[in-house]
Amino acid sequence: MAVPAIVTEPGLIGAADTSRGTQAVQRFTQAILRNRKATAGVIILLILGFAAAFPGLIAHDDPQAAIYDQSIGPSAQHLLGTTQLGQDVFAQLVWGTRLTLIVTVVVSAIATLISMVIGVTAAYVGGMTDRTLSLITDVFLILPTLPLLIVLASYLPPGTITLIVVLTLTSWAFQARQLRSQGLSLRARDFLVAARVRGERTSYIILVEMVPTMTSLLVASFLGLAVFVVGFAAGLQFLGLGNSTELTWGTMLYYAEQSGALEAGNAWWALAPGAAVALMGAGFALVNYAFDEISNPALRPVRRRRGKAAA
Amino acid sequence: MPDQPPSVATPSATAGALLRTDGLTRHFRLGGFFSKLVLHAVDDLDMTIGEREIVALVGESGSGKTTVARLLAKVYRPTAGEIHFRDRSVRSLRSRKDVLWYRGEVPMVFQDPYSAMNPVYRVAHGVLRNLKLHRPELDRVQRRLEAERVFETVGLTPGAAMLRKFPYEMSGGQRQRVGFAQALAVRPKLILADEPVSMLDVSIRAGILNMMAKLRDEEDVSILYITHDIASARYVADRLIVMYAGHAVETGPTEVVLSRPKHPYTQLLLSAVPDPTERTPTVTADSGEPPRVINPTEGCRFRWRCPIAVEECGRVTPRLRRMGTAHEAACHRAIPDGVQAVAEMSPAAQTVSETAP
Amino acid sequence: MAKPLLEVDDVTVDYVTDVADIRAVDRVSLTLHAGEFLGIVGESGCGKSTLLFAIAQLLSPPAELVSGRVHFGGQDLVQLREDELRHVRWRDYSVVMQSAMNALNPMKSIGAQFKDTIRAHTRMAPAAIRARSAEVLHLVGIDAVHLESYPHQLSGGMRQRAMIAMALLFTPQLVIMDEPTSALDVVAQRSLMNQIKALQRQLGFAVIFVTHDMSVVGQYSDRVMVMYAGQIAEIGATASVFERPLHPYTKGLLEAFPSVRGPRRALTGIPGTPPDLARPPAGCRFHPRCPEVRPECSTLEPAVSMIDGTAVRCILYAAPLEDAV
Repeated sequence: MAVPAIVTEPGLIGAADTSRGTQAVQRFTQAILRNRKATAGVIILLILGFAAAFPGLIAHDDPQAAIYDQSIGPSAQHLLGTTQLGQDVFAQLVWGTRLTLIVTVVVSAIATLISMVIGVTAAYVGGMTDRTLSLITDVFLILPTLPLLIVLASYLPPGTITLIVVLTLTSWAFQARQLRSQGLSLRARDFLVAARVRGERTSYIILVEMVPTMTSLLVASFLGLAVFVVGFAAGLQFLGLGNSTELTWGTMLYYAEQSGALEAGNAWWALAPGAAVALMGAGFALVNYAFDEISNPALRPVRRRRGKAAA
Repeated sequence: MPDQPPSVATPSATAGALLRTDGLTRHFRLGGFFSKLVLHAVDDLDMTIGEREIVALVGESGSGKTTVARLLAKVYRPTAGEIHFRDRSVRSLRSRKDVLWYRGEVPMVFQDPYSAMNPVYRVAHGVLRNLKLHRPELDRVQRRLEAERVFETVGLTPGAAMLRKFPYEMSGGQRQRVGFAQALAVRPKLILADEPVSMLDVSIRAGILNMMAKLRDEEDVSILYITHDIASARYVADRLIVMYAGHAVETGPTEVVLSRPKHPYTQLLLSAVPDPTERTPTVTADSGEPPRVINPTEGCRFRWRCPIAVEECGRVTPRLRRMGTAHEAACHRAIPDGVQAVAEMSPAAQTVSETAP
Repeated sequence: MAKPLLEVDDVTVDYVTDVADIRAVDRVSLTLHAGEFLGIVGESGCGKSTLLFAIAQLLSPPAELVSGRVHFGGQDLVQLREDELRHVRWRDYSVVMQSAMNALNPMKSIGAQFKDTIRAHTRMAPAAIRARSAEVLHLVGIDAVHLESYPHQLSGGMRQRAMIAMALLFTPQLVIMDEPTSALDVVAQRSLMNQIKALQRQLGFAVIFVTHDMSVVGQYSDRVMVMYAGQIAEIGATASVFERPLHPYTKGLLEAFPSVRGPRRALTGIPGTPPDLARPPAGCRFHPRCPEVRPECSTLEPAVSMIDGTAVRCILYAAPLEDAV
């Protein structure tokens, strides 16, 4: 008894030849261009990324060179004025982008990674493991962040590494809960039971079967976290808990505060880094919003046709 | 296109059964830590599946049939009772090697074609993983060829092109075929098919059902076909097991059970299946209330809906009794073939005696 | 012939997306008379649920009714504004959805939801509300004590009955049902369908019943409409359509159902899959899967022909051109 061959639909042959990666990138770029928030966010991040990678192309002055007139306001040669020591503020801002961006990205990435491993494992393995991991997560959640940040930062040797460690420890817990919930809802999906029934190991199921289906959530976690980390990092450095010899927007704020920039006549020394922090946060936030809309069509704004249906 | 219905295998004796359950039981505790509520999903189930046969496990929701599938697939551990596969106790399989062996002999096909495959990978993923885990003697090239072969066996041709598709590029029927291909890849003895066609369009079901019969005939595999649709069970199964409230209430060769149903529940099921030729449907007093399986008492669980229940039904849980050749029913009132009706039964409850086939 | 209760005239519904418009319902017309039971049957993606929503004026974006009229009770429902519609809804026609658990509020008792429904459409004294609620529950065979129950406390079958009771609160002339039995067991389904037919005889309302299950439609409906890819394939009296199916798709559907009674016969099913409505096949939409396909079918879109009271959209029944004059 012959089984009739399945008639495939005409449009499908050929579609399988482009790899899923290429298709996804194509769809993503199209989606970004069509969504105004996404376009704005991506442009902001691209500009900042460019500034981080090639600061010399934008600001021609050496940010550390204390050779200019001190504490003057914005002018043609010094777009944002100079610091108390005579450094060009604009150059500092541009050169400071790199470290700020690195810290933000590294902390967000590691924290997202930790929260993913803990959240998804807790969800999938369940039982005692789940209870233990959830307890740990809860403990880290309830710890008051700022005091903890201050305490840790003051005991550990000052520097970027400390900053990264401290920020990572205090920010992974938020997303772990959410990823656990997502993991729980995925747990009963048939393809996971199917993986178990065919004899896969638990670690394989978590890493190969579960996590890849959660990529959109992971990216959203990363972006959402970045919005806060950029502010927290700047905040810590402003309080003097970072390494003040390193040039970041946060340390700029620290020095500006120390030198009383607002009173001394160069308000921009204090305002510019703050605005830049807000801008970077906004960039991440816009891309995050847009990412949600792109990956979940139900969230897209509904465009209604004008006019009622003609008879 | 077939012009004959799938052939029915002759019922085999239970000696040399491929799979046998013995008092299989699974309970779930409901509610919180202090709750005493216990859900009796499956109670005391004895069933056998032979070589090269399709056995249909028929029941409504709440009957326990899905739990049976998960027990046999070693997703749940039995609360009590045994499962014997090829005379080895499944419970005793502990080491990874043993468990992997069992999983390579008894794979499962799932109900929902839209969630049974990981959407991130191509459809070849499951098949290739199965081959890697269960047929280590094959190298990479051979695995690919074997994947193509099983795809074509289930009707997904050309195999190579189909393997490269993603799940979203396939229809529901095609995905279910992939599910069967995955199961076939391990060269199993028994495929557990958990409602494989329930979520498919009707015009697609026939193809899958015909394919299942072909697998039995040509690939030397048995299938446990779990379903609530007794009509499709009739079409494809050699034997039927009817479940109600966690118990097996009737078992036997398909045509025998359907032509001479002994258990009142089987009779109710058959009468409830819609029949387009019957323009004025019979009105039954039964409203289809779900069975009581939480902390059930002794006695037949069908008694509240049963038109012929007597006092004994509330006291003693009926066990499967022989009704005819390979035909059993768990009912105190059921009359086996060839037995005359007992005179002292009330006229309303008297059933016409059946002559032996 | 009495004036029809409902006249659906050339209704077309599109799903409007950024990429392309998808025509989910293509020029569907039907008439329904008082007390009639019309079954609309088709597989997934055929547009039957969309059509139902279009008739009930329940379409929401991105679905849009692009053209057509729905004449009910002397008015074109499509032209009515929302506040005008509210007068008609539930009093003259009501809707029973597919899954009661999706339609019933899990946080409110049945009685409370009945009260909400009544008060949304009319003023009534609390005692009268309670009396009417108990009355409709009784009609569907549920004890009035369950007015206090919450949906999760009732079984699936009882919940569906409660939904039907709610639909009957104002004794409408038309009840529209979207696969109300698909979540139910065969026994509960039989019981519910019998109940619906009994209520129909008692109260005289018409029913439009959407389902994928041919056997249910065959047993309980007076007329049946078979839909495929957004179009009507065949529509006629149930007895005729089942005894002498005209459209090859209808024949295929009937042959795809295994039966419990009668001799075992081979099932063939219909090879292939329903078309992607974004790119429907040229000509007849069914032609790629049709066992009786002719060369013209891939280019010509067949018109609807009437054969002995059954309308069918198939070139096999089109009158030859010579006889048209």
